[in-house]
Amino acid sequence: MIPAPFDYVAAESTTHALDLLDSFGDDAKLLAGGHSLLPMMKLRLAAPAALIDIGRLAELIGIRADGDELVIGASTPHAAVAASDLVRADAPLLAHSAAQVGDPQIRHRGTIGGSLAHADPAADLPMALVALGGRVDLLSQGGTRSVAADDFFTGFFETSLEPGELIASVRVPRQPGAAWGYQKFVRRANDWAIVGAAAINGRIALANMGPTPVRARAAEQALADGASPAEAAELAAEGTEPGEDVHAGRDYRRHLARVLTRRALEHLT
Amino acid sequence: MSILGTRVLRTEDPRFLTTGGVYTEDVVDERLTGAYHVFFVRSPVAHARIARVDVSAALTAPGVVAAFTGADVADLPAVKPGAMFNQQMTRPVLATDKVRYVGEPVAVVVTEQAYQGEDAVELVDVDYDPLPAVVDYADAAAGKVLLYEEAGTNVAANFGDATALDEHLFDECEVVTTRTILNQRVAPAPMETRAAAATWGEDGRVTAWIPNQGAQGTQGGLARLLGLKPEQVHIITPDVGGAFGAKFGAEPEHALVAWVARRLGRPARWTETRYENLVGMTHGRAQQQTVTIGGKRDGTVLAYRLEIVQDSGAQVRIGAMLPFLTILMTPGPYEIPQAEAIAKSVVTTTTPIGAYRGAGRPEASAALERAMDLFAAEIGMDPADVRRRNLLPPFTEPHRTKFGALYDTGDYAAALDKVLAAAGYDELRKEQAERRASGDPVAMGIGLASYVEITGMGDGEESPPQENATVEVHPDGTATILTGTSPHGQGHATAWAMLASEELGIPVDKITLKWGDTDLVPEGGGTGGSRSLQHGGSAVRQAAQELLEVARERAASELEASAADLRFDVERSAFEVAGDPDASVPLASLAEQERLIVRTVFTAPGATFPFGSHVAVVEVDTETGKVTLRRIITVDDAGFVLNPLLAEGQRHGGIAQGAAQAFVEEVVYDSDGNPLTASFADYPFLSATEVPSFELADMQTRTSYNPLGVKGIGEAGSIGATPAVQNAVVDALAHLGVRHIDMPASPQRVWQAIQAAKGNA
Amino acid sequence: MQVEITVNGQQRSDDVEPRLLLVHYLREVCGLRAANVGCDTTSCGACTVLMKGPGEVGGESVKSCTVLAVQANGRQVTTAEGLAPDGGLHPVQAAFRQEHGLQCGFCTPGMVMAAVGLLSENPHPTEAEVREGLEGNFCRCTGYHNIVRAVLAAASSANGAAVGERAEVGA
Repeated sequence: MIPAPFDYVAAESTTHALDLLDSFGDDAKLLAGGHSLLPMMKLRLAAPAALIDIGRLAELIGIRADGDELVIGASTPHAAVAASDLVRADAPLLAHSAAQVGDPQIRHRGTIGGSLAHADPAADLPMALVALGGRVDLLSQGGTRSVAADDFFTGFFETSLEPGELIASVRVPRQPGAAWGYQKFVRRANDWAIVGAAAINGRIALANMGPTPVRARAAEQALADGASPAEAAELAAEGTEPGEDVHAGRDYRRHLARVLTRRALEHLT
Repeated sequence: MSILGTRVLRTEDPRFLTTGGVYTEDVVDERLTGAYHVFFVRSPVAHARIARVDVSAALTAPGVVAAFTGADVADLPAVKPGAMFNQQMTRPVLATDKVRYVGEPVAVVVTEQAYQGEDAVELVDVDYDPLPAVVDYADAAAGKVLLYEEAGTNVAANFGDATALDEHLFDECEVVTTRTILNQRVAPAPMETRAAAATWGEDGRVTAWIPNQGAQGTQGGLARLLGLKPEQVHIITPDVGGAFGAKFGAEPEHALVAWVARRLGRPARWTETRYENLVGMTHGRAQQQTVTIGGKRDGTVLAYRLEIVQDSGAQVRIGAMLPFLTILMTPGPYEIPQAEAIAKSVVTTTTPIGAYRGAGRPEASAALERAMDLFAAEIGMDPADVRRRNLLPPFTEPHRTKFGALYDTGDYAAALDKVLAAAGYDELRKEQAERRASGDPVAMGIGLASYVEITGMGDGEESPPQENATVEVHPDGTATILTGTSPHGQGHATAWAMLASEELGIPVDKITLKWGDTDLVPEGGGTGGSRSLQHGGSAVRQAAQELLEVARERAASELEASAADLRFDVERSAFEVAGDPDASVPLASLAEQERLIVRTVFTAPGATFPFGSHVAVVEVDTETGKVTLRRIITVDDAGFVLNPLLAEGQRHGGIAQGAAQAFVEEVVYDSDGNPLTASFADYPFLSATEVPSFELADMQTRTSYNPLGVKGIGEAGSIGATPAVQNAVVDALAHLGVRHIDMPASPQRVWQAIQAAKGNA
Repeated sequence: MQVEITVNGQQRSDDVEPRLLLVHYLREVCGLRAANVGCDTTSCGACTVLMKGPGEVGGESVKSCTVLAVQANGRQVTTAEGLAPDGGLHPVQAAFRQEHGLQCGFCTPGMVMAAVGLLSENPHPTEAEVREGLEGNFCRCTGYHNIVRAVLAAASSANGAAVGERAEVGA
C-alpha cells in the first residue's frame, strides 16, 4: 500500500531530466502521471531508488498537427487526448482509446507516454498505437530517434526504450474520415481488457493476446485478399499466444479475438 | 399527523457529507496519543508447517519498536470452536506451528510511524515447509490431507445423517431431476476494512475502538481472546463503514493489537490494507449443493432434497454453522409434501467463512429457486406457473414448517402476482419469443425467485429475542436514546428518533441516539440478521411509552389532577387536563427536578419471516457470453415500512449484492490455495455501470409479533436477487439447450455453457 | 522536502517525505480525514479529491492515493470539507442527502468529489453517463441507485450549470 522509500526530483526541463536519468542510472524511473508506475510501487512490484518527475514539463504536454501527423506530448493526460477536437477529428480511434482507460480520475492523471512506456499488453493505448501505425519519438542525450509502434513493444511490459531515453512525443497519422472500430471486452467497467481489438485502414491490433499488443496479420492478409470482415476475423487468433487468468482461458481468448475483430472491422465501438 | 411511514431525511447526513464519518482509523482521542502502529506478517502459502520465524532483521529497521511471533503470545488462550463442532479444530491466536490459509497472521511488527510498517514487515523472514493444499470440496471431505491432525478429519460438523435419507422420497414422482450446483465464495468487502485501536488504563481495563456490529458481542469476543472477563473490556464503536455480517465479535488481530498495547505500555492501532481484507476478513457463502426435485407433470412439486457441503475455510467460525440456517429454510415459501436436507461443514486451506448478508438463507433460496426452474424446464412449464402452483396459500396464523420454522404471516402468491404485474411479465415473454424467432444473437432472459426468509432470530425458543432501549427527555426539550443495536449505515439515529418523536412529540432533529459504548450500553444484541427495527425499534417505542407513564404521574401531581384525567398532546409535547388545554405542562419541564429516563426491554415472541418475489431481465450476448442486467423488479415484504427512504436503500443495497453474486463476483483460489482475486482490481467488485436502477414494488403484510408490525428488511434484497438473476441467465439460453450455469455467470462460464449445449445438440 | 500546496483555499507549506501519498498528506498532515483509503489498487475512489494547477482549467477529480504529495506542489486541492466552506451544503452534498445517496458514508466524500468533477465536465449527464462517470467509485451499501438519483438531481437543480464551478477554490 505504501511504496518503499525513494528520492524525488522535479525535472526543470527535458534536458535536466536526461541529465538526471544519466546520473541516477538504472536506479531511477521517470514519473509523469504516475498511474502506471505508482500502483506498481504501492504493491512493491517496483522499487526505484529515485523518481524524476517530468509530468509538468510544458514541452512534453500538448497536441498539435505536424504535416500528416498528429504530435502528442508524452506527458499529455488521457483526458486531454480524449477531449481534443484535433484528435477526435483526425485520429478518433486514439481519442476513443484514451477515453476507455480506467475511469475519469485515472484519465485526469495518466499520460500517453506513461502508458506506452509501461507497455501493458492488456492496455488501451499500446493497442491503439499499433492499430494506427503510429510511432514514438525517443529523446536521449545522444539525440532523438523514432520507433514505429510495431517495433516499440518488445516483450511483456518491455519496450525498446534504452537506458537514458525518454518518450518525448507520440505521433499518429492524420486520417480524418477513415472508418475505424474499437472493441474492449471487460467483465466490469474499469477493468483492463480481457481481450481488445482495434482496426483501421486494414490494420488490426489485439490487446491481451500475448506478451505485447499483436497485429492480427493473418486476418489483415485475408482482408487485403478481399475477404469479408467476418471471414477475415476467423483468422484473428492465428499466431497468437494468449495467456490464461481468472477471467479467461486460452480457447475463450482466441474466440473473443475472433468476435471482437469482426466487430471492430464492422466499425463498431 | 404520524411521522411513521414518512420519508424523513437522515439526521446523520450533514456530518458524513462535509467532514466525513469518523471511522476507527480517523479517531483522534487523547487516550491514543503516541500510539504505536501494528502490522501483521501474513502467510503467503496455503498450508505449511512453520519452521522458523526470524524477526531479527525487522527489528533493525527504522522506527521498529518490537516484533512478536506466536511463541511470544503463548499466554493468550487457544481459540476453540463452538461446542457443536469438532473440538480438536482449535487454533492459537497467532500461528505457531502451522499455517492453514494464505493471509493467516504469522508475526506482528510494531512501529512508531505508520509508513515504517510495511518496510519492516518485508524484513521478517519465515521458513515454511509446505504441505499439500486442500481447496476442493471432495478433497476436503475425503480427508487425505488434514488441516487439524488431532481432529482425524476435515469435517467440522454434520447436520443430519446421510444414512437417514429416505431412498423412497421421490417414488411418487413422474419427473425427477437432480444437479450439483455451486453457491460460490464471495467477499463481503465493506468499504471500510477491519481496524482497531487499544489502550490500557491504570485499572487494568482495556479500551478498544473497533468497527463492529454489536459492541457487547465484540466485548465478549475480545475478552475471550484475551483471557479476560468482559468487565475488563471497554468497547467504543466509531462510525463503521459497512459490515454485511463480517464485523461481528472480535478478530485475532483485534486481540493482538490490545496485547501489544499492554505489552509495550503504549496505545496501539491498526488498519488493514485491502489485500489483507480480501484474504483476512471472513468470506461468505461457499456451499456445494446437490438439489433433487420431483413432482408431477402438471407442475406439482412432490419432493425436494438438499445436500450441502459447507466450505468453512481454514477455521471453524460462523460459516461452519450456517448450514443450520440453510436447512431451516429448505422448503422456502412452498408447500412441498416431502422434503429433507443434510449438510456437513468441512475445513479447507482457504480464508475462513463467516456471515455475509443473509448468512445461510440466500443459500437456501438459491438452491430451491434453481431447483424450481430445473423442474419447470423438465416438464416444459412456465416457471411463474410452477411457482404459483406450489406456493403456500396465504396465512395470518403462524405456519410451522416440517423443518421447525414458524412463519408468522405471509401471502406469497400475492407477492408473486404483484411482481409479475410490475414487471409486465407477459409482455416480456412476448418480446423474448419474438426475438428468439428473429434469431437475435443477443438473448433475452427472464428470471424469477420467490423467497421467504427468517429475521430477528433469538437464541432459540428458550431464549426469545429481545432488545433494550433507554429514553431520556431533558429539560431543554431534547431527548437521548440509548440502544443495544449497532447501526453501520442503516440510519438508526433517524429511525429510532422517529419512533420516539411519534410518542413524545419532540422533533426528530432534537433527539440524539447513542450506541456502541459498552460502558454506556452494557447490554445489546447488535445489528445483524435484520433484527434491529423489530427488536431495537420496538424497544425504543416501548421505552418512550413507558416514559410517558412516568411523566404522566409527575404531570398529575403538578397539575393537581388525577393521572386518568390527563391527555398527552403530542403536537405540543405537553400533558393537559382533558378539556382544559390551558392547564398544561410541557413534557420537558417534568425533567427539571428529577431525571426523566426509562429503560425497557422488548421481548418478541419469535423470529419474523419477510418474503417476496423478484423478476430479473438480462441480455446475454451469445457470441461473447457477456451478461447485461437490464432490469430488476422486486417485491420485498417486510411488514410495515417505518421510513420508505431507508427501507428502499436497504433493498437497493441488498439487490445489488445479490445480483453481483449471480453474475459478477467470485473469490477464486488456484489448486495450491493461492487467492487469485485479492485486490479490487482482480475481485470483480460491482461498479455503477453493471447495474440498472431498480424497480421496487410496495407490499406490507404486517406481523403480529410487535406493535409496529415490522419484520427485517436488510437482507431480503440479496436473498431474492441472486436466484432471480441466475435464473434469468439460464432462461436466456434455454432455447439453446442450456439448463444450468453456475454462479457467477461470467462471460467465460456462459460461453462454455453455450458451447457445451451445442456439443450436446 | 518542502511542498507548497493550497488546500481548501488555505496556502500551506509542509516538509514531507517523497513517498507520502496525497491522501495521507490530507489526512495526517492537514487533519482532513473525509477522504478515505479503501483499496490498494487505485480502484475504489474513496480517496477522490479535486486538484488543479496554475493555468490548468477546472478542478479535476483525482485519486489522491495515487498522487504523491510532492506532485501536488504548487497546486490547489479541494476536499469534501472544502466544498461548502460557509457551513452549508454544496448542491451535490444537498442532493446526496435529499436522495439518501449514502448509508455508511465511507465512500461518500470521494463519491461526492467525483460527482462534482463529473458535473463540471458534463453539466447535464444522462443516467448512463452518470453511471460511467462514477465507474471509478465503489459503493457497497447503496447499490448506486440513489447515488445516481442524487447526481441527476444536483445536475437539474437551479444551480446545475454552476455546480462544478462552485467547487473552484477561491470562487
